[in-house]
Amino acid sequence: MATRHDTAAPPVKEGGAAPGRPPAGADTERAMKKRARLSRRWQRDMRWSPYAFVSPFFLLFLAFGLFPLLYTGWASLHQVELTAPTDMSWVGLRNYTRIFDDDFFWNAAKNTLTIGIISTVPQLLMAMGLAHILNYKLRGSTFYRVVMLAPYATSIAAASLVFVLLFGRDYGMINWALNAVGIDHVDWQNGKWPSQIAVSSIIVWRWTGYNALIYLAAMQAIPQDLYESAALDGASRWRQFLHVTLPSLRPTILFTVVVSTIGASQVFGEPLLFDANKGASGGSQHQFQTLGLYLYEQGWINQHLGRASAIAWTMFLILIVIGVVNYVISRRLRASS
Amino acid sequence: MRARIRTARKAMVVAAVASLGAGLLAGCADDGGSDGSSGGSGGDSGGKTKITLGLFGTFGFEEAGLYKEYEKLHPDIDIQQTVVERNENYYPTLVNHLTTNSGLQDIQGVEVGNIAEIVKTQSAKLLDLSKYGKKSDYLEWKWQQATTEGGETVGLGTDVGPMAICYRKDLFEKAGLPTDREEVAKLWAGDWKKLVQVGEDYKKKAPKGTTFLDSPGGLLQAILSSEKDRFYDSSGKVIYKSNPAVKDAFELTAKAAEDGLIGNQTQFQPAWDTTIANSKFAAMSCPPWMLGYIKGKSKPDAKGKWDVAASPKSGNWGGSFLAVPKSGKNAEKAAKLAAWLTAPEQQAKLFAVQGSFPSTPAAYESDAVKSAKNEMTGDAPIGTIFAAAAKSSPVQTIGPKDQIIQQGLTDNGVILVTQGKSPEEAWNTAVKTIDNNLDQ
Repeated sequence: MATRHDTAAPPVKEGGAAPGRPPAGADTERAMKKRARLSRRWQRDMRWSPYAFVSPFFLLFLAFGLFPLLYTGWASLHQVELTAPTDMSWVGLRNYTRIFDDDFFWNAAKNTLTIGIISTVPQLLMAMGLAHILNYKLRGSTFYRVVMLAPYATSIAAASLVFVLLFGRDYGMINWALNAVGIDHVDWQNGKWPSQIAVSSIIVWRWTGYNALIYLAAMQAIPQDLYESAALDGASRWRQFLHVTLPSLRPTILFTVVVSTIGASQVFGEPLLFDANKGASGGSQHQFQTLGLYLYEQGWINQHLGRASAIAWTMFLILIVIGVVNYVISRRLRASS
Repeated sequence: MRARIRTARKAMVVAAVASLGAGLLAGCADDGGSDGSSGGSGGDSGGKTKITLGLFGTFGFEEAGLYKEYEKLHPDIDIQQTVVERNENYYPTLVNHLTTNSGLQDIQGVEVGNIAEIVKTQSAKLLDLSKYGKKSDYLEWKWQQATTEGGETVGLGTDVGPMAICYRKDLFEKAGLPTDREEVAKLWAGDWKKLVQVGEDYKKKAPKGTTFLDSPGGLLQAILSSEKDRFYDSSGKVIYKSNPAVKDAFELTAKAAEDGLIGNQTQFQPAWDTTIANSKFAAMSCPPWMLGYIKGKSKPDAKGKWDVAASPKSGNWGGSFLAVPKSGKNAEKAAKLAAWLTAPEQQAKLFAVQGSFPSTPAAYESDAVKSAKNEMTGDAPIGTIFAAAAKSSPVQTIGPKDQIIQQGLTDNGVILVTQGKSPEEAWNTAVKTIDNNLDQ
């Protein structure tokens, strides 16, 4: 079957049976030059055009990504107020060192972590379950898939305002339902855990469908014969899920975990709008103030741009650490599989 | 048959996608705000000069028909306004626009809580309006609030918020308290402690499920508004921590909260609105504009059940200014409009329609103010009651960060007492928050 290359016919050389090129001497000097010029142009074109084609992204990134990033770093070394942003006075690393004994920062960091955990974990588990169900043959599956994505398409503002009403202490529907089954009403906005759970529920509601669709897409790429042979071996649906689906989804799960972690560390809109105080303090005792909210409060409410910049950079560094940890874990996982 | 099922399915998918798309678009549209028609000093439209106003909350110029009237008087002017609902969202944007000199409207509203900071830090960007408005028209302290040390007046006062106490006649009656507004005012005249004492009396026979006052924030605001010095001394130093007036106000409010005389709500939140609708409290400190708010949130059967009595001490809550950025193309015309909008005649009209109380004593003598009636308070002569309060309000020392301090004391302070924290704990939380926010 296989051809051996050394026995195949050698490639045709110039001057063989095929019509060769006209001898070089036939060209006039001008044509030569023209060709050379064209070819130089072509070469330059080939070499530089791709850069021109990708340049819009980089120009935009320079203007709206890199420059603000660097300028924020510069501002974080100064004392700057929003009322006079050009009036900077150098304070060195003071904005960073004060973060170490800034209780509000660490409180916000802790809240970000706990809200991140109680929103990401159930969200991904539920997404997995939903995706598994949707992966079966169903009537109107497209409809369900679109429905799943609907919360994601809703604006955070609209969703959060509705949830604020649902979680109202005195007239909220959730407390009303809890009362109906004999549970005492919960002060969703002022308790530490209740408020964090409430904020997380908005996040879970919004992102579960999105993650489910990602899982679903990955599940549909798993070859059907794996399931067939598993079924032939007498594996139940649950065993199929454990031993076929989950291992094949590993890279996808990792992806969603990374994306959700990054999302969780930047949570902002939900707690901002869940705040009873209209401001950005995240509840009267800062019980659900996240890092994003604290940054916003310092910069835009209290007008301390320098401090806000330092917080932004600290968050950036934390994100880098998270990214590195994720990278290490994913390499370990890849190596072990 | 098959084809039909197919098209039906297709239609469903299209519909679903369309609704998703609509959701996305709605998501994009939800932050209109002041940036909406920026470019600010928009040029000419159809030969007319367009003058834009950037406002927050309800100034009510448009509702009172003042723009139309001005356009009739000046056919070459076309007035447009953009309104951001809450000053908390409006003010940071305004500061940002002023510092970058972009995105400004021809006329910008400024809340009294921010005017000191604007005067202190942004006066170079704003037109001196003392040539346009007539100083003698305005309450002196109102004029002074928007005037720099150098004597430039960067804002013309629109309204003020002289305070009275609004109370429910029906609930007072059920609790065995007098209902006549003179008698009621006598119960607490001269001392806020007496008001809390009346609350104790109310509590003894209170109709079930009601409290005497609406919210700790409301009471604290009222007491502090009647003090001459609160958060800053006249040299501009922050003194809120050491000022006994602030501590006393905090402790009195905290005590009332501990005794259960106050509902545990944050003002202007949906849940607080619901307590108005459900008649859950008997009295509240209220500037004239609050009557409009009460009207908006009440059920129809509450009409006429309210009355207004003088507050223990006169104070001022709220009020705004109009400022004109220098960078606007039509700054001069805008200044003339601002002066017209805040002149006594227009302020009187505004009070008649919108309940914004004039900052110009000349208007107090007008019929519109003297004979003013309010649906919620029946035949109460609200014009005279509030005018008396306005004239006897102290000239208050205001500082650049008043709003941050006030909000800290309320939202991170007294509210905690209603949630079971001790007054000391609440005070400490408030102080810690405020100091961090002030960058002390």
